[in-house]
Amino acid sequence: MLFPPFLSRMRAGKRLGRALTPANEDLVSPLISPVLYVIAVIPENAMPEAYIYDHVRTPRGRGKTDGALHEVTALRLAAVPLEALKERNRLPENTIDDVVLGVVDPVGEAGGDIARFAALKSGLGEAVPGVQINRFCASGLDAVNFAAAQIMSGQHELVIGGGAESMSRVGIGASGGALAMDPSIAVPAFFIPQGVAADLIATKYGFSREDVDAYSVQSQQRATKAWDEGRFNNSVVPVKDINGLTILAKDEQMRPNTTMQSLAQLKPSFVELAQTGGFDAVAIQSHPEVERINYVHHAGNSSGIVDGAGAVLLGSKEAGAKYGLKARAKIRAFSNIGSEPAMMLTGPIDVTNKLFERSGMKKSDIDLFELNEAFASVVLRYIQAFEIDNDKINVNGGAIALGHPLGATGAMILGTVLDELERRNKATALVTLCIGGGMGTATIIERM
Amino acid sequence: MVFKNFKVEIDTDGIALVTLDIPGNSMNVLSEITAAELEEIVKQTSADTTVKGVVITSSKKALSAGADLAMLESMSRAYAQLYKEKGEVAANQRLFDQSRRFSLTLRAIETSGKPWIAAINGLALGGGFELTLCCHYRVAADNPMTRLGLPEIKVGLFPGAGGTQRVPRIVALQDAMQILLKGEAMDVARAKALRLIDAVVPPTELIKAAKDWIKGGGKAVMPWDEREFKPPGGSVFSKAGMMLFPTLNATYRRDTYDNHPAARAVMSCVYEGLQLPMDAALRVESRYFAQILRSKEAHAMIRSLFLSKRELNKGTRRPQNVPPTKVRKLALIGAGFVGSSIGFVSARAGIEVVLINRHQESADKAKAHAKAVFDELIKKGSAKESDRDEALARMIATVDYAMINDCDLIIESVFEDRKAKFETYAKAQPFLKEGAIFASNTSTLPINSLAEEFTDPTKFIGIHFFSPVEKMMLVEVVLGKNTGEVALATAFDYVRQLGKTPIVVNDSRGFFANRCVARFISEGKEMFLEGVRPAMIENCAKMAGMPVGPLSLSDETALDLRLTIMKATEADLGPHAIDQTDKELMTELVEKKGRLGRKNRKGFYDYPEKGKGKKSLWGGLADLQPKHLEPDMLDVEELKQRFLVVQAVEAARTVEDHVITDPREADVGSILGFGFAPFTGGALSYIDFMGTKEFVELCHKLAAKYGPRFAAPKLLEEMAKHGQTFYGRFGYKERALP
Repeated sequence: MLFPPFLSRMRAGKRLGRALTPANEDLVSPLISPVLYVIAVIPENAMPEAYIYDHVRTPRGRGKTDGALHEVTALRLAAVPLEALKERNRLPENTIDDVVLGVVDPVGEAGGDIARFAALKSGLGEAVPGVQINRFCASGLDAVNFAAAQIMSGQHELVIGGGAESMSRVGIGASGGALAMDPSIAVPAFFIPQGVAADLIATKYGFSREDVDAYSVQSQQRATKAWDEGRFNNSVVPVKDINGLTILAKDEQMRPNTTMQSLAQLKPSFVELAQTGGFDAVAIQSHPEVERINYVHHAGNSSGIVDGAGAVLLGSKEAGAKYGLKARAKIRAFSNIGSEPAMMLTGPIDVTNKLFERSGMKKSDIDLFELNEAFASVVLRYIQAFEIDNDKINVNGGAIALGHPLGATGAMILGTVLDELERRNKATALVTLCIGGGMGTATIIERM
Repeated sequence: MVFKNFKVEIDTDGIALVTLDIPGNSMNVLSEITAAELEEIVKQTSADTTVKGVVITSSKKALSAGADLAMLESMSRAYAQLYKEKGEVAANQRLFDQSRRFSLTLRAIETSGKPWIAAINGLALGGGFELTLCCHYRVAADNPMTRLGLPEIKVGLFPGAGGTQRVPRIVALQDAMQILLKGEAMDVARAKALRLIDAVVPPTELIKAAKDWIKGGGKAVMPWDEREFKPPGGSVFSKAGMMLFPTLNATYRRDTYDNHPAARAVMSCVYEGLQLPMDAALRVESRYFAQILRSKEAHAMIRSLFLSKRELNKGTRRPQNVPPTKVRKLALIGAGFVGSSIGFVSARAGIEVVLINRHQESADKAKAHAKAVFDELIKKGSAKESDRDEALARMIATVDYAMINDCDLIIESVFEDRKAKFETYAKAQPFLKEGAIFASNTSTLPINSLAEEFTDPTKFIGIHFFSPVEKMMLVEVVLGKNTGEVALATAFDYVRQLGKTPIVVNDSRGFFANRCVARFISEGKEMFLEGVRPAMIENCAKMAGMPVGPLSLSDETALDLRLTIMKATEADLGPHAIDQTDKELMTELVEKKGRLGRKNRKGFYDYPEKGKGKKSLWGGLADLQPKHLEPDMLDVEELKQRFLVVQAVEAARTVEDHVITDPREADVGSILGFGFAPFTGGALSYIDFMGTKEFVELCHKLAAKYGPRFAAPKLLEEMAKHGQTFYGRFGYKERALP
């Protein structure tokens, strides 16, 4: 592979002024050219903003061997939204400074550094580098945040953040990891599988089977309505074959006819795993006020396993002007946090609190919340903790109806809620996801 | 080649027969000498070109019971010395080097290039079993008495000479973890089925079979030293491994509450070791082994569960001037639930038993109970029908007190009421044969107060069994102030006849064990009234290391009984003698709600009918709590600590009161009697290993926060001031580690 270093150096040179803005002036030695030094002294409030110029996603294909996207390689899947962004925004070659992609199981065909490979494949130009990151389920949102950070720090002008996951081809958990396996971390961290953790949350915070099922029926209804009214049309790009024939144009996992009665037929999914595997005992030891776990989650109120990819185009104000792009929103603030690892999925609450504190914002400043529907209890607990109005959160459904292509979801739902802000003509949204190992990532976006 | 522990003979085929025969002991217990000599034998046989292969066996009944645990004591004393002189790193280095010598020797056998065969003539446990595992071929004599296994985990250690590496390279992971983590021994057939043994032959052909394997060209390379080796069931990060390891980690925590560092170390040894070639894997095992050798849990468990228990069983507390006694015939008066169980265990131990009750019907019922217990055992395969029939033939059920006239020992187990007991004594005394010993199995009434009604108080003693008698391995032998030495010796020998462990305590209300247990139960009730959720009380107790929660235990012992005892204590000693809030709670539960405990399936828990699910905490409990604390605001570690500290303080008081005179008895008694967190080494070791000063400070803190029940007795304050431990102050082996 060829890496033409001169190209990036050239472009970096054009933007020297920003590139050398030091966080701490002491770091700039007086031996450096006085010209540079003068440029470096920039008022504090001049930190560049990161603007969202566009976003797209693939439809989500059922994550099994009979799913429509199963025949599509992980590389191809990751390239689809990159190509779409390039075309939709008429980006010349080699204009993107970096492509950050989240992938949760980056092994096999999704391994190596798929972000670079997808950048090459999508024709963004050989000067466009890529980096694959992994913060489990929030990877897609973290990719957007990392992209934004590159712009906000003044180092880059135009960056794509996104994610891709071919769960049907690579398989969930294929990349392994020490958390569940290595006694030196699994035991002290009270590792339990996420499904059991979700049931622990339901037990601890008092959500019944009816509660979680009712939420899930609503997710299906909202997602169905959103599709019916074409609310996703502007962002979903079909996945096509090499002849231009459409492989999948619409989310494949939805079950619009879901009712309380149909969900009631499903048996809880995690009882056996928890009881024979000993995880129920671990859950109880981590929260000893619990006498026994109330197993409420099943396939119908948990996020679906799907294939999909999404990407967000971010850039500085100047870059937007240069390429004739219209800013749709800006990244107002973002943050990460570690949370109680046994319960694992309550990180969104902790990170939201942290983000509110850091940004000086509060619940009432947020018009719409978008929280990944990993499991129904995760959302119900978040709603309970912040007393959020039901019609302000996940208003177009979520992963319970549409599916959760792990590394891609964060970028996808950020786009979904931005579209909805525009449709409602509202200003601010908070996007957040729960994360394996007990973490939370959250981003606040604000429309222009 | 002359060795102290081995005999080495090389035959004309060039096969060396190495026979383990340690002098002065009927069992081959491996010592430092054994290890050093084996090292030398490996060197010599490897260097000697005339030697084609080696067969290792024993000329005793057993191959080896493993390493002498007392050896670890000297190792840890040396460690402590070096620690003081040269610091922690130097001491750790020495311990690491020293503790892996045997492992390296076994590895040298495995890689000697010459075939080594273990000819397993009998029992091989611990290091003895590990010695066979490094051999290229294992042939066992068909001996039904042979037991094979790795019991180290039971005393807080783990097999550190390759056991954690070789077992999971031979046996599928789940079975391997059972062998390593449960420490249960297996017979030859099971070992063969697991492929831990390659062949089973008649005992007379053992050595020939071993030699034949060498002559047949047996390979001197282990499978795991060949390329392409995969452990059975796949590698750690295979699909199967990724399914299994997470559940192993979870079941480890479920079974131990993460209180068992040696078991955790085994998990890590297997997880890390299976990803490594053998030499590196053994090095990792040795690192964990050295760490566990330094752990206070291993020290505490070895001291109490192995050394102290052994010493107590051998009779350190038995009067040495009384010749050994044997109970041939025993009478049990008042054979209720506990009484009939005592009859059962006695008959099973070969003692003739007379069960005496007021009515023939209830006497027959007592015998029927013994039969039912036997039937249950037969169903489980742990007893034979012939055992049952022989034992039942040794039992007589009667109403006739005259039948006790040839009994060596009479145990009274009638209702806990002085009047009822005195009536029994009056009826029994005329029939006692010369020299017969009379014992009470009371759990609540002081022995001295009962002895007063007995004509010859020197022959009167307390023998306090724990329920369920069939399972509980401890018996408290309670001395009244006039109890004679023969009575003590008889009681002691009788308890040993049953295979149980006796501790000898002086009289006091509740003796030793029940005093501590009562504190444990009360602490649960205190938390309940503070507003801690019942499930949290129960779970924290178990997480602290107790076998059951205090509320569950209250149910087992019956709430109405507890209320009755409280009322009796109040009547005897006045209202200040009991906790009035506790009494109110019990009154509410028993008298207003009709919740008597397990016996009417309604107590703190609801008990479904047999086979209809698990017990669950009664939904109405929250209404009986004056307030409710937010669980997330509570300090789980402190809740756990309170359960252990409150019992340990009481145990210290029993020392101050001279109820306990030997700390080993408090430790062993607390673990065997009421399951006090075994990894602490027992109620007094808990204090010693924490450090008396630290413990007393903790008492101060808890007393200030929760009340004077946590106040350290004067004895402890004084010990803390002088930097003493129980084992130091009372003349027993000091903890060797810094």
